[in-house]
Amino acid sequence: MVLQVDGLNKSFGDKAVLKDVSFQLNTGEILAIIGPSGAGKTTILRCINGLEKSDKGTIKIDGAYLCRDHNNKITYATSEEMKFIRKRIGLVFQNYNLFPHMSVMENIIEAPINAFGIPKVEAEDKALELLNIMGLTDKRDSYPFELSGGQKQRVAIARACALNPKIMCLDEPTSALDPELREGIANIIEDLAKDNMGVLIITHDMAFAERVAHKIIFMEDGKIIKEDSKDDFFNNLKDERIKRFIT
Amino acid sequence: MFGYIYTLLPAMIDGLITTLKVFFITLILSIPLGILVSIGRLSKIKLISKTTELYIWVMRGTPLMLQIVFVFFGLPIIGITFDRFTAVLIAFILNYAAYFGEIFRGGMESIDKGQYEAAKVLGLTPYKTFIRIILPQMFKMVLPSIANEVITLVKDTSLVYIVGIGELLRAGKIASNRDVSLIPLAMVGIIYLLLTAIFTGIFNKTERRYSYYE
Ligand SMILES: Nc1ncnc2c1ncn2[C@@H]1O[C@H](COP(=O)(O)OP(=O)(O)OP(=O)(O)O)[C@@H](O)[C@H]1O
Ligand SMILES: [Mg+2]
Repeated sequence: MVLQVDGLNKSFGDKAVLKDVSFQLNTGEILAIIGPSGAGKTTILRCINGLEKSDKGTIKIDGAYLCRDHNNKITYATSEEMKFIRKRIGLVFQNYNLFPHMSVMENIIEAPINAFGIPKVEAEDKALELLNIMGLTDKRDSYPFELSGGQKQRVAIARACALNPKIMCLDEPTSALDPELREGIANIIEDLAKDNMGVLIITHDMAFAERVAHKIIFMEDGKIIKEDSKDDFFNNLKDERIKRFIT
Repeated sequence: MFGYIYTLLPAMIDGLITTLKVFFITLILSIPLGILVSIGRLSKIKLISKTTELYIWVMRGTPLMLQIVFVFFGLPIIGITFDRFTAVLIAFILNYAAYFGEIFRGGMESIDKGQYEAAKVLGLTPYKTFIRIILPQMFKMVLPSIANEVITLVKDTSLVYIVGIGELLRAGKIASNRDVSLIPLAMVGIIYLLLTAIFTGIFNKTERRYSYYE
């Protein structure tokens, strides 16, 4: 198990956005979290990636605690522990957030070099390998504004992969893509999982979840309503709320 | 006439050197100070942000001329004395740091918060994030406003005249009075025009260099 979330709670002001969310992600597994807008899907990703502080609950990433409930008091990782955690989890933002002033290559090697002290040649070798996988070798010296949406996304994935994380998170990976690019990103995600990463996808796109996920979590109003393997999830749609969402 | 202009040159060049000294020292010190001011202004610590805000308000809300007079003629009354040149520089640097600070703040605030978040999840420290991600993008964004300030600074250097420092304008005024001639003042004007043209050119070039991305 590479990611474990237990009893996660998060409020913004007095609005409870996550209510006792618990789930697990295994190595090599693709998990899709689906659900209506405002269900709290993005908030889960943000908590797992340390962009929001959870109010309560435990998040364990590859053996290290990002936060942990202890005698009803939550404690957070120290900055030393955070460094370990950052290296093990990657996030691809919905709008990618590439660094516009840096070339594709510079975007990818920035963190390895300047956050983790990896030698430049080594970082570049890894980046070239990733660009090759993403089919972007000829774009290494382009700037983000020169790329299409799909290309930006693949750069963002490459950037998030540069430190060999154990977990990859993608927020709405198909939201900005033309339908014909979906198969491409599905293949990339499957390759990540085959490389023994745990992949966590947030999506509205049922067809995409069905195409790529091994396991599906349906959530609504901050709560997990149903968690099942993909086949069982789609073969056994009894819950009214889920039916309503899917059809 | 060229003979006359030629005789004016040594005094003009002396004045120009003083003008350029004020200009460059102010620029070199007030830009980094301005970055600090913008960071202070955006600080989450209320005491720091409020103090910085007050400082900016005073510096931008009163004439630079008054600030120069205050430091050079005013402060000695309570026993704080600087020589002319230092007094002038203190006033200029404090004044320009406030303007630059507000420009940098605007630049910083215009950067998408996604940039900070991307840097954070990649493991960059806040310091590295600022230096490598925020500052370069901010620099491009504020360049046109900085260019404006720099052109204003070229012209503002003539204010040091008030404390009797022999800069360009003063050199022209003395020659004009002495010789009852307009030529020295016209020369001063032309030199200012040349200076502003040079700096405008430099900034245009810099802006082009930063246009490699959008
Ligand atoms: N920073 C914030 N401050 C206040 N409320 C927030 C904040 N971020 C999210 N929320 C609220 O939390 C709830 C869940 O938001 P979240 O973005 O996690 O939903 P989502 O499931 O990702 O929705 P979508 O499918 O539309 O992206 C929403 O009601 C939203 O308004
Ligand atoms: Mg969302």
